[in-house]
Amino acid sequence: MSRISEVSAVAAQQGRKLLIPYLVAGDPDLPTTLKLLHKLVADGADMIELGVPFSDPSSDGPVIQRGVERAIAGGTNLAKVLDLVAEFRLQNDSTPIVLMGYLNPVEIMGYEAFASRASDAGVDGVLIVDMPPSESSVLTPLLKGKHIDTIFLVAPTTTESRCAQIVANCSGYLYYVSLKGVTGAALLDTESVRLSIEKLRTMTDLPIVIGFGIKDAASARAMGALSEGVIIGSALVERIEKLPSDDTASAQQLAQVTEVIKTAREALDTL
Amino acid sequence: MPDMQQDSIGFAGPDSLGHFGPYGGTFVGETLIAAVEELSRVYEEVSKDPEFWAEYDHDLKYYVGRPSPLYLAERLTAEAGGAKIYLKREDLNHTGAHKVNNTIGQALLAKRMGKTRIIAETGAGQHGVASATVAARLGLECFVYMGAEDIQRQAPNVYRMKLLGATVVSVDSGSRTLKDAMNEALRDWATNVDSTYYIIGTVAGPHPYPQIVRDFQCIIGRETREQSLAQLGQLPDALVACVGGGSNAIGMFHPFLNDSSVAMYGVEAGGDGVETGRHAAPLSAGVPGVLHGNRTYLMTDSGGQIMETHSVSAGLDYPGVGPEHAWLKDLKRVNYVNATDTEAMKAFHQLTRLEGIIPALESAHAVAYAMRLAATMAPEQSVVINLSGRGDKDIQTVAKLEGLTL
Repeated sequence: MSRISEVSAVAAQQGRKLLIPYLVAGDPDLPTTLKLLHKLVADGADMIELGVPFSDPSSDGPVIQRGVERAIAGGTNLAKVLDLVAEFRLQNDSTPIVLMGYLNPVEIMGYEAFASRASDAGVDGVLIVDMPPSESSVLTPLLKGKHIDTIFLVAPTTTESRCAQIVANCSGYLYYVSLKGVTGAALLDTESVRLSIEKLRTMTDLPIVIGFGIKDAASARAMGALSEGVIIGSALVERIEKLPSDDTASAQQLAQVTEVIKTAREALDTL
Repeated sequence: MPDMQQDSIGFAGPDSLGHFGPYGGTFVGETLIAAVEELSRVYEEVSKDPEFWAEYDHDLKYYVGRPSPLYLAERLTAEAGGAKIYLKREDLNHTGAHKVNNTIGQALLAKRMGKTRIIAETGAGQHGVASATVAARLGLECFVYMGAEDIQRQAPNVYRMKLLGATVVSVDSGSRTLKDAMNEALRDWATNVDSTYYIIGTVAGPHPYPQIVRDFQCIIGRETREQSLAQLGQLPDALVACVGGGSNAIGMFHPFLNDSSVAMYGVEAGGDGVETGRHAAPLSAGVPGVLHGNRTYLMTDSGGQIMETHSVSAGLDYPGVGPEHAWLKDLKRVNYVNATDTEAMKAFHQLTRLEGIIPALESAHAVAYAMRLAATMAPEQSVVINLSGRGDKDIQTVAKLEGLTL
């Protein structure tokens, strides 16, 4: 069983909602990201989505775009992100790490090299925003061979027949995009999300987590009530933006950043 | 990567999933999948509907002013000293470039699909102007995304779009050029997917765009074919077109792909010279990767980041290229070459002084290479240059390069 499945199973047993922060690796710098990863776990994260910076993040809103630009300015690339995961694993062997990003860096590294290097580093899942199931027939089996889950998104615009194709290809968890738009957008329509998730439930036993637009305890609680868990990205990256670079952030400053995860944890735990 | 299917489909790509050999495809976020699938369905229907094509042809004739002439450039021919040089005068189209062939067609698609809002990306501003033009004509709301850097160097086109009623949105992210404008247009589309039709201006983007844009641009090659037979009594020996994203080139080349006697040259922007790294020539010096919805040759660093490009011409300043060109390169059907900024500038002045035709800086790249090529050919042979646009929009850039202020 993969780390993701293990953690999800234990959470389900305990009636605990999954809390999955997203942050951009290398924003503002790699040593700070490493500290943030450990701090996020301490503050209640069950898994972490680690963004791999790409120069052309066409599915991301302005907050994450800026995070990506900061990371790239510091020279972060896919190889360095894999090194970061390996370093994280020296102290943490239980929290699943999902790499989230775009396909080009993986294409340039090469699919086979990526699968084996990600496995060696201790990566548990891969979510490539611009790789739909129809274009994933080569990479997904390579990752599966290394016990790495391939996670796909379901959007409000996804048709029912596509949902079937997506769940057939997806492992680990299913990422439900709560709104039409890019990451960090604002409006959430709870009722339409509820209906969509209900429909997805009839198609899969995978844990369903909700992302895009969740920014505080209230929205985490509202979306957590409909699903197995939530992803918080832009709200976290917005706080990271205020950190100093060059690994100079104090423990107090890091705590201010992860405060949003801590309060979301508390809100989810009331469900 | 999917297997090459050259034997089964010849040059008639793409396959049903939008692949040209290993290139093309549909690499977009899930939110946009339904939209591109809907577009595929509608286009599939429309491409078999004679009424649609009759309306398209009517608009091209009475609104755009087609057919555009095939003109023998006698003094340019004499200057090059070899094969006869003909110009396919896309610069004479309404709005001044080939871009309108595509926007007329896509606007008709938008109308069929009941969309009320049009978005577009633009580099040099030609596609933005062509989009704003058709939007004005059909009474559609229009937003054009343009890199902040390009807004600076293409001020006349920016104003033209505003006059036409479009909103020009300045894009300040990344390298602030065409690729970033395309990212921003994709974000807008994902956000407003129900009401909005995205008119992509070149043969890139996710399937079915590379096919749709090519089909609308093939009018260039079909006319050139007929005109060559009528005026030259035979097909030309060579075709030359500039390649940024590659829409004017594919439109010229595609109807000739099965004519093995016709050599084809796609001219990329060599910038300061391909060897300097400061250029926009992914087919000459790039590697396959994935950007903006398709797999193609890209300018990317070893970590997979897209590199900044450089060209004197905003319309060629793009790190990728249409996937069909990537395939035609691998199949060796088209020769991809390049011309530097300096060579393009020289050709710009030569064509202006010798023929009284001011070319777009993009098209000047094709002129530069064609003169080199013609010099190696016999006088009884012929070369057709796709003169994809006129240069009025570039006179400020040219003046600035020569130290003048207008």
